[in-house]
Amino acid sequence: MSSSTSPAAVTSGGSAGRTAGQSDLIGARLPKWALPVAAAGAVAVALGLKLLFDWSGWYTAFFTAAAAFVVILTSWSFSVEGRRRAKDRFASTLVYACFVAAIVPLALILGYIAVKGIGVFSADFFLRSMNGVTSRDEGGGLYHALIGTLEIVGIAAVIALPIGIFTAIYLVEYGRGHFARAVTFFVDVMTGVPSIVAGLFVYTFLLLGFGMRPFGAAGAIALAILMVPVSVRASEEMLKLVPRDLREASYALGVPKWRTIVKVVLPTAMSGLITSALLAIARVAGETAPLILLVGYTASINFDPFSGDQATLPMLVWDQLGKRSGTASTALTEGRAWGAALALVLLVLILNVGARLLARLARPKTR
Amino acid sequence: MAKRIDVEDVNVFYSDFLAVEGASINIAPLTVTAFIGPSGCGKSTFLRILNRMHEVIPGGRVSGKVLLDGENLYGPGVDPVNVRRTVGMVFQKANPFPTMSIYDNVIAGYKIAGTRKSKNEMDDIVERSLKGANLWEEVKQRLNRPGAGLSGGQQQRLCIARAIAVEPSVLLMDEPCSALDPISTQAIEDLISELKSRYTIVIVTHNMQQAARVSDRTAFFNLAGVGQPGRLIEYDDTAKIFSNPTKKSTEDYISGRFG
Repeated sequence: MSSSTSPAAVTSGGSAGRTAGQSDLIGARLPKWALPVAAAGAVAVALGLKLLFDWSGWYTAFFTAAAAFVVILTSWSFSVEGRRRAKDRFASTLVYACFVAAIVPLALILGYIAVKGIGVFSADFFLRSMNGVTSRDEGGGLYHALIGTLEIVGIAAVIALPIGIFTAIYLVEYGRGHFARAVTFFVDVMTGVPSIVAGLFVYTFLLLGFGMRPFGAAGAIALAILMVPVSVRASEEMLKLVPRDLREASYALGVPKWRTIVKVVLPTAMSGLITSALLAIARVAGETAPLILLVGYTASINFDPFSGDQATLPMLVWDQLGKRSGTASTALTEGRAWGAALALVLLVLILNVGARLLARLARPKTR
Repeated sequence: MAKRIDVEDVNVFYSDFLAVEGASINIAPLTVTAFIGPSGCGKSTFLRILNRMHEVIPGGRVSGKVLLDGENLYGPGVDPVNVRRTVGMVFQKANPFPTMSIYDNVIAGYKIAGTRKSKNEMDDIVERSLKGANLWEEVKQRLNRPGAGLSGGQQQRLCIARAIAVEPSVLLMDEPCSALDPISTQAIEDLISELKSRYTIVIVTHNMQQAARVSDRTAFFNLAGVGQPGRLIEYDDTAKIFSNPTKKSTEDYISGRFG
């Protein structure tokens, strides 16, 4: 392949990076140390400007450094590698920047909660309730709130997940025409219902309408209302992923439709359905507004979700910050609040991991 | 036992679109019939009406009669599920159930349908069907392994075993070898020659040489033009179709002038 004849035919923006004798197929690349050097240069520029213009604080400097990095890297790439690669680097940098921007707050939140909450963790913290513990006392725990959250979210799941899965089965396997379209539309609308509205609905209906006092299952009903649309949507997507020729194979054997769904479609989609169930649970595990209206709060342990106030983890946070009684929080109560918040995060995390393990076990195997 | 099929003046629709027009055919029991024709001419559609799979597609409907040993499959009160137990089907792309083992795949026609069988009966059925599909020797040591872990040709034979396990009277095959390599194709063609002593077989194929090798009689389908419905052009003994066809379009197709 002749390599010395046609530098003009090359598409790259500059022939500066190509030495004589290089083939047309090889494009110039930036050296491997280009990225760190560009970053260092950007930081230097930002620091220089900071000193020059006497900026107080670091935010302007940070964003200047970021902008300078993009400019330096892209223009350097343009001169060496050409227009196409420069555009690629520009887009890649933006994508990575967005990723970092999304991850950093999450990491900060998780880190902060962990650091603040871990100090208060102890065996006692998980086994005691707040009965008799005032804002000036040490000790106390979240046992009552943990029970409450587990029971209420559990009841909500028992109500919402079957409704969600059956609706998804209807929409995917049976629904045609106007009714199915209406169902899809209303499910989409329900996804946006604010949690306080769901709580208010159940409050007006049950507590005001029947004159009942707050109890745990009422909160579970409101949470179920919030869970159903998430469960329907996610389950629907998982069922749609089952290939059509599996259903046809089953029909061709003379298997009725409902048995095909139960014995072929659902088992094939099972790992996805488990993940959807978890998504729905995670959506509501921390919702506080319905619980304020419907479940109330108590400092002592209540195992019965059908009568009397129950404590829940979000409400424990709220209570410990003094909002329920209108008092100020102390270092002790704040510590417990962080502990409860960390416990809630860990609970969702454990559910997550557990569900993924289950999903992996349920996945169709190929070996 | 193997039955004869008589189709009388059938029109096949997708909602309002007429896909196959005025097709009539008589298929004798214990024979292999091949449907050939260019892409989109309606041969797969026509195959699917023989076991009432066409109506699974939204908007699919059929007018006319399809008689299985004289009984109209589209008669009033006929349950499509029962029809499909009598007329089995093997698809183009092998589709073993991914959540089930090889054993469960073969017995699926009974297990999923909820028909109770004792363990011994099930073992017998599995062994008989896998032997009938020429797959027994290859998998008898690993019946509990997942069905999806086999090679393409083995999966297709597994699907054939699954189809014959429910002892249908007719076996429909929709381009069963088009996704397979020549060795696996040979294995399946040999299998068809054996199966024809027990079942009536109808096979749709794109491959004319395969039709010539495997079938007793051949039906040629064609489209009159773009957007026109497909029609059955000629139906005759395979030897005659491929050496001395009556219709000009048949001759053009088999000599490769189009399609």
